[in-house]
Amino acid sequence: MGERIALIDYGAGNLRSVHNALRAVGAAPEVTADPKAVLAADRIVLPGVGAFAACYDGLAAIDGMIAALEQRVREDAVPFLGICVGMQLLADTGIEYGTHKGLGWIGGTVGAIAPSPDIKVPHMGWNDVQPVAEHPVLVSGEAYFLHGYHFAARDKSDVAAVTDHGGALTAAIARDNIIGVQFHPEKSQSYGLDLLSRFLEWNPT
Amino acid sequence: MTVRTRIIPCLDVANGRVVKGVNFVDLVDAGDPVEQAQAYDAAGADELCFLDITASHEARDTIIDVVMRTAEVCFMPLTVGGGVRSADDARALLLAGADKVAVNSAAVSNPQVIADIAGRFGSQCIVGSIDARARADGSGWEIFTHGGRKPTGIDAMDHAETLVRNGAGELLVTSMDRDGTRIGYDLELIDAMVKNFDVPVIASGGVGNLDHLVEGAVKGGASAVLAASIFHFGEASIAQAHAALAAAGCAVRSPIQSRAA
Repeated sequence: MGERIALIDYGAGNLRSVHNALRAVGAAPEVTADPKAVLAADRIVLPGVGAFAACYDGLAAIDGMIAALEQRVREDAVPFLGICVGMQLLADTGIEYGTHKGLGWIGGTVGAIAPSPDIKVPHMGWNDVQPVAEHPVLVSGEAYFLHGYHFAARDKSDVAAVTDHGGALTAAIARDNIIGVQFHPEKSQSYGLDLLSRFLEWNPT
Repeated sequence: MTVRTRIIPCLDVANGRVVKGVNFVDLVDAGDPVEQAQAYDAAGADELCFLDITASHEARDTIIDVVMRTAEVCFMPLTVGGGVRSADDARALLLAGADKVAVNSAAVSNPQVIADIAGRFGSQCIVGSIDARARADGSGWEIFTHGGRKPTGIDAMDHAETLVRNGAGELLVTSMDRDGTRIGYDLELIDAMVKNFDVPVIASGGVGNLDHLVEGAVKGGASAVLAASIFHFGEASIAQAHAALAAAGCAVRSPIQSRAA
């Protein structure tokens, strides 16, 4: 279809897995650490695993990358998908080994999940994705989660899907052309590959 | 529902080849880890574990290649253990496509390696792997290394506490008394680990039938149950294991649906 899909390479551990999964659903993403490629992209995917600050710093260390993302996603409104920490980075702040600044695109804070005798942390394994509103990319199903921190959105209308682990946790956030998922579509077998397919066909207006 | 109890088949890999692997399906190359991983992916396993038992340090890179090739065709969670001694070892596996790395002997001699990995990549990707034997006098369990042959004098609960404090996000608990016996998990050991720590526990060592898997989750309280031979030899399928857990009241994944073309 000739679309340019930019998969941002900023040292995130799951880059290759996301690349593999996008290719498996027929995309030919450009793995890039070049802000110019981001400015020319028709669709952008931001992967991410690891500590919040380490990921933010990795992104910020690429000269011009955050500015390019802001231009292309927030001004030009191309479809954007953040995965795991790639979604968490959209928050204002992350509280993990100290308090750190995020991109601030979606109001909220990323903080630790509280354990209890029945609730093990990290939240690790397959759990429900329950959409709370209609969204072209999201359907209900079971996906693989692997995280000790979660996105508490300031405005509930930004929460697109939840999962249950000691209460409702944000499984996906969405606003306009932006979607972010806490789970790992690249590791969620058919559910995850289908989600990536829908993202690739998504034309938010 | 809540997070599902995970069923994890474990494949031993030496020099890039599977040792005692799957024979429940016809494989073109019975020693190819990728083909075996695909069989478990298709069967609906919740995670897959590769344990690298390569003896020589020089041949370690073979596991990286195995992980890369597996991650190209299997879109399921993958844990890799065996021979991980540093944050750089962990990084290479994670970049290749592993989601979690399990650290065993290196963390016995140097628990700081757990903190190094957790600090760089997050606790969610670091599994503290524990090989323990019950003490003869009934006073708990002791950590063993070298495949269960070498005693360390370290108490298993103390060691687990050290691993978790350093940032291990999961404990893979193997009873070396039970490993290979097919008489079931050491449920007291699993239960003690589950009750004492906030992180998920994987029960390992001793599975001989489906009831043992159920016991690990229900009596032991494990978040995940690991087994090898009963799956590899086709004595039980992943679907049967899910059904047995569901019948015992555990939350499990829905039966897999093949993906629309």
